[in-house]
Amino acid sequence: MSQGNYDVVIVGGGVAGSSIARELSRYKLRIALFEKEVEVAFGVSKSNSGIIHPGTQNPPNSLKGKLCVLGNKLTRKISKELGVDFKEVGSLIVAFERDEIAKLKRIKKEAEVLGVPKLKIVDRAWIKANEPSLSDKVIAALYAPTTGIISPYRLVYDLSENAKRNGVEFYTESEVLNIKRISSGGFEIATKKGLFNSRYVVNAAGLHADDISKMVGVDDFKITPRKGEEFLLDKKRRYLTNHVIFPLPTKTSKGVLVIKTADGNPMIGPTAEDIDDKEDLSTSDKGLSTVLHSVQRIVPSIDGNDIIAYFAGLRPASGHDFIIRHEKKVSGFVNVAGIQSPGLTAAPAIALMVSDILKKNGLSLKKKILFHKHRKTEVHLFDIPLSKTRSLIKKDAGYGDVVCRCEMVSAKEIKDAISRGAKTLDGIKFRTRAQAGRCHGGFCTSRIMKILSEETGQPLTEITKRGHGSNIVEKDRSND
Amino acid sequence: MIERDLVIVGGGPAGMTAAVSAHKNGAKDILILERDQRLGGILNQCIHTGFGLNYFKEILTGPEYADRFIKKVADIPEIEVSLMSFVVDLTKDKTLTYLKPGVMEVVKAKTLIMATGCREKTREMVHIAGTRPAGVFPAGLAQKLINIEGLLPGKEAVIVGSGDIGLIMARRFTLEGAKVKCVIEIQKQSRGLIRNIVQCLDDFDIPIYYCHKISKIYGKDRVEKVGVIKVDENFIELPGTEFEIECDTVLISVGLIPENELIEMAGVAMDRKTNAPISHEVNKTSIPGLFVCGNAFKVYDLADSVSRDSEKAGVLAAEYLKGLK
Repeated sequence: MSQGNYDVVIVGGGVAGSSIARELSRYKLRIALFEKEVEVAFGVSKSNSGIIHPGTQNPPNSLKGKLCVLGNKLTRKISKELGVDFKEVGSLIVAFERDEIAKLKRIKKEAEVLGVPKLKIVDRAWIKANEPSLSDKVIAALYAPTTGIISPYRLVYDLSENAKRNGVEFYTESEVLNIKRISSGGFEIATKKGLFNSRYVVNAAGLHADDISKMVGVDDFKITPRKGEEFLLDKKRRYLTNHVIFPLPTKTSKGVLVIKTADGNPMIGPTAEDIDDKEDLSTSDKGLSTVLHSVQRIVPSIDGNDIIAYFAGLRPASGHDFIIRHEKKVSGFVNVAGIQSPGLTAAPAIALMVSDILKKNGLSLKKKILFHKHRKTEVHLFDIPLSKTRSLIKKDAGYGDVVCRCEMVSAKEIKDAISRGAKTLDGIKFRTRAQAGRCHGGFCTSRIMKILSEETGQPLTEITKRGHGSNIVEKDRSND
Repeated sequence: MIERDLVIVGGGPAGMTAAVSAHKNGAKDILILERDQRLGGILNQCIHTGFGLNYFKEILTGPEYADRFIKKVADIPEIEVSLMSFVVDLTKDKTLTYLKPGVMEVVKAKTLIMATGCREKTREMVHIAGTRPAGVFPAGLAQKLINIEGLLPGKEAVIVGSGDIGLIMARRFTLEGAKVKCVIEIQKQSRGLIRNIVQCLDDFDIPIYYCHKISKIYGKDRVEKVGVIKVDENFIELPGTEFEIECDTVLISVGLIPENELIEMAGVAMDRKTNAPISHEVNKTSIPGLFVCGNAFKVYDLADSVSRDSEKAGVLAAEYLKGLK
């Protein structure tokens, strides 16, 4: 029996799915989003580098390029509406040799065709004055002032929360098992949480977009996971660079970067390696040495001892461009696949494009009278001056109860994250940064477990790192 | 802003000994800021014995050892203790800002003793490759979960590193009914105390692999196994020596580092390698009147040695105060 009837079902709660959900929530539609993990943003999006690209390093006429340039503009508006921590920091693509300047010029020209604004080739003197961290051997760089940084997971949380407020129904731990086209029109969607019906299906399933597409008989693309290993540095090095620093791009990626992050910790990486296993998130000794070697050539002061964390992410690559299209032979089914870099930047533009595709294919888009475009934002103590902290503590004593010492996160922030939907230790970490600092949760994990248990009623033994099977402890013997 | 003669940050064995010693030597206006809900620091979770042999000539558990000092501190009215007080800012002129539930306070200290202890090196600091599932714990966190919270972290553990916390935890896990498969130590010998090797490993027939390292952690949601490989004297992996051990828990005990982010913020000259202040005399730093003692000054093997040297910090602070008058 069907558990629900929807106009649109979105498969996948990453940045693409959440952006689409939020965009469609402006209209009078019944919308559901299915995510297989325990929380949204737990797939590809959680390992994103958090760069809002200007639109450079994309082939001319590519969908990627166009959506990236538009997405860069739209992200500013959306982050203002939702209170996401977007910062425009600018980026530099660096050149070491004379002949590499020609390559910079070509990148500049291609980007300008796509409409990337304010690009400038800067010389050694400019670099020395504005980015003194760079090696003396860097002779020129392509400066893109519109590059920004954002927290990729907080963006997804904020988008999905806002979409939820505007009526979208979110189903987590709800892997889609099968999709059937019904002869009378629409689809029947079998999930781990039961059967649902929908007139339209948008497939934004990231690494599994090919598997989902196959369910309705469209199998002309394959998603190849392209692994990227990234290494986070201590927040003490937050002023390591002033810009996001790129080498010249390679054939498969933008190269190994020095990244500024919204959390303050610089990040170095990613590697790029095509693999077979869609669940292989392991890091390697080789990845570390590759990354260190590459970035130290550009920013010599980077020290391996500053690394406090590392992780691997998988880019859902399929060919060289995004695949965003309505499938003619399966009317009502829209694929949003191959959303690798610059997917985070392009996401709001992708959402507009999908909304347009749905409209062209018969979905009536009537605006709601009341669309809540703003979101009540939360506080991060690490991000505000102490004078503001003082008045916050006066209002709520919980802000003065510091739980995570390395990243300065209070009990109040952790409780807020839980009330906003965090169900796991990783969910709390991504929202607040608690456990993400130099001690890696050594001091605060047990306290956070207790808060999570008190707030949600889950016994301590059922608290997980990131959902099913990742329980932190085996047994509670406190009552033995 | 409040003013105090002596502020001590940290209420573990170092901070408490320093407070008592400073008082004995003439300091009469002392404030201890402790971020936890009680004094004692990490001793509270060290329920094993072995403390006090040198300092008290008695065998005590960690909490008993701490309790001796907690009582001494409580008996001195001139020592004020502020619990759940987390210092977020420290400046060169010894002005501290701390948060506590409901208040943010700024206090200017005439002299300052930092007794902030140390933290464990993490898996990330020694760059163990592989996945990042649940079940990888710093050994001290596992100790806290078992001894303070009454929670058993896993059923089958492999311990990385033979520091004292790792060895103590091998015994603790075994006593709690879990299986410790082995200890993996990259060096030729243990960095722990001999008594701990005997009493925590040998007595329980727990094997230790010297000159071995974990090459990889496996497992998607929870740890499933670890890859182990032999290394030569330069810690280079020896191909062909790999083997795997199934386990659901990995305890990391690869050393401790002084926790000194606050003095670094204040501009104290730091040794980047050890994360300790650059110093030519015990407890002294590059800022006059700003002293560091206990494991924040250097990592000690015994709490008794921490107390012995922290007494000196109390003397230094008291003398510094006298010099101001």
